[in-house]
Amino acid sequence: MRDEPLVLGIETSCDETGVGIVRGHTLLADALASSVDEHARFGGVVPEVASRAHLEALVPTINRALDDAGVKLADLDAIAVTAGPGLAGALLVGVAGAKGLALATEKPIFGVNHLAAHVAVDTLEHGPFTGPAIALLVSGGHSSLLRVDDLSAGVTPMGATIDDAAGEAFDKVARLLGMPFPGGPPIDRAAREGEATVSFPRGLTTARDLQSHRFDFSFSGLKTAVARWVEARERDGSPVPVNDVAASFQEAVCDVLTMKAIDACRHAGVQTLVIGGGVAANSRLRAMAQERAAKHGITVRVPRPKLCTDNGAMVAALGSHLVAAGRRPSKLDFPADSAMSLSLIGV
Amino acid sequence: MLVLVLDTATPAITAAVADLGDGGIELRAQRVTVDGRAHGELLAPSIDAVLTEAGVKPFDLSAIVVGVGPGPFTGLRAGLVTAATMSSALGIPAYGVCTLDALGAATVGTVLVATDARRREIYWAVYRDGLPGTPPKVAKPAEVAIAIASEGVLRAVGEGAEKYAELLGVSAEAPSFPPPIEFARLAADRVRAKAPSEPLTPLYLRRPDAVEPATRKPALAAGER
Repeated sequence: MRDEPLVLGIETSCDETGVGIVRGHTLLADALASSVDEHARFGGVVPEVASRAHLEALVPTINRALDDAGVKLADLDAIAVTAGPGLAGALLVGVAGAKGLALATEKPIFGVNHLAAHVAVDTLEHGPFTGPAIALLVSGGHSSLLRVDDLSAGVTPMGATIDDAAGEAFDKVARLLGMPFPGGPPIDRAAREGEATVSFPRGLTTARDLQSHRFDFSFSGLKTAVARWVEARERDGSPVPVNDVAASFQEAVCDVLTMKAIDACRHAGVQTLVIGGGVAANSRLRAMAQERAAKHGITVRVPRPKLCTDNGAMVAALGSHLVAAGRRPSKLDFPADSAMSLSLIGV
Repeated sequence: MLVLVLDTATPAITAAVADLGDGGIELRAQRVTVDGRAHGELLAPSIDAVLTEAGVKPFDLSAIVVGVGPGPFTGLRAGLVTAATMSSALGIPAYGVCTLDALGAATVGTVLVATDARRREIYWAVYRDGLPGTPPKVAKPAEVAIAIASEGVLRAVGEGAEKYAELLGVSAEAPSFPPPIEFARLAADRVRAKAPSEPLTPLYLRRPDAVEPATRKPALAAGER
C-alpha cells in the first residue's frame, strides 16, 4: 500500500463546509466556508440553514482546496468524507457530493467518523501516534473521552457528557453575558481580562458521581449556576463583573475536562493525551492541560486552533491513514449517519 | 450526446443515461427506486448502475441534467450536490429542470401537477398541454382546490395528487413520478447548444424553520425567587 496517500477530505457535519487535502501526514490545503454568521442571530446552528449553505459552498470550496494544494482530482488516491455523527441534513450534502466526486473520478471513497477525524488531524502537526492515546474531544456537539489504540481499527469510548456539550455551555453562558455566538472566542478573550473569583460547581466530581460517572461530564448544572449568579446580581441592581464571570465559568469547565482527562490517562496507563474539537482552541484549556499533564509525565498533543475546529483536513488525514493501512473503501450506498457509533472509524 | 439525468425531488430516486441523437432522444438505462428516506444512500449506486448498464464511462458524458425541485429539502439536495460535484469534476455543464415540468411535460389539456411536500402540503402547478401555466407553489390541498377552481383543471398527475385526490376534487392519473426521459427532453436544446453550465438553485419554496430567540428566560422559576 502507498506510504503517503493523497486524499481529499470533505466535512459538512455542522456549520463549516471544509475541504482538505493531505499527502500522508502532510497538509496541502485546508479550505473552509462557514455559515456561522447566518446562525448568529438564532443563537445556535440552525440545521436547515447549515444544509443550504453547504450545498452552495461545496463545489467552490473543493475547487479552492485543489488550487491551494496544486493538485488535480485525477492525482488523488482516494476521497474521504464525514459520514457521521452530526446534523443529518448537513452530513448528507457532503456524503452525496463526495459520492458524486468518487463516481466522476472513479476513485475509492471512505466514509469516516467525525470524532476519529478530530483525533487523526493531530498527525498533521505532530506526526503519527506511536502508542495508545487518550483523546479528549470537546466541541459544541460533543464532549467525550476515548481510548485510541489504533486509529485505523477503532476507538473505545470511556465517557461522554450526559447533558450539554462543553461548547454548548460556552455558547449559552456567552449569550447570558451578552456576547455573540459562537461563545468560545469571546469568553476566552473576556476571561483573560478577568479573574476566576467565583467558585462555580464542577459537574460529576463528587465521590459518589465518580463511582458511576468517573469519565462522564455534565455542564447543564454549571450553566444554570452561572445564570442564577448573574440574575441575583441583576436583581440587586449591582453590576455584573462580566470578565470575572467568564473566567470563573471557563475555569470550572477546564478544571473538570483536564481533571478527568488526566485521570483517564492514569487509569489506562497511557502516556499521551490528545485534545481536539472546537473547545480545544480555548487558551485556558490548552494551558491547564499542559500544566497538569506535565506533573504526571503525560504528553499533551493538541493541534493549532484552526485544526481543532471542524475542517476538511482532519477528514483527509483520517482517510489517508485508512488508505495507508490498507482498509477497504466504503461502498457507494453508505448512509449519512447522524448518530454514527464511536466504535466505527469508517463505514 | 450522452446525458446523465438525476432527480431526487420526489420519493422516486431517479438516475438515467439518455442519448441525444439526431433522430431523437433515447434512454440507454434508467433506475427509479421509490424510497422517500434513502436518497443519500441509493442515488450513487443507481448512477453507477445506469452508467454500467449503458456501457458509458463518466468522461463520455456531455452534460448532467438534474431536477431542481420543488421537493423535500434533504432528498432534493442529494441530487443537486451530486450533479454539482460530478459536473465540476468532469468539466461538463449541468442544467436544471423544474421537477414539476418533467412530471407535467407529457400531459394533454389542463392538468394539475402535484408532488408530496410532506406536512400535509403539496408542491403544485397547473400545466396546459404540457407547458407550465402557473408557477410552482407549496400549499395545503384544500387551498389548492380553491386556487385551481377557475383554471378548468380536469385531471391531475403526481403522487401529491393521488394522495389528496379527494381534498383536491380532481381525479389523479399516472404518472406518479416524473419520467426520466422528460428531463432529457426539457434540457435537450441547452445540451445541444452547449449552453453554459447553470447554477443549480433548488426550488425550496419554504423558508428554513428557525425562530430568533426571544429575550432570555430567567434560570429561576417564579416561585423560587
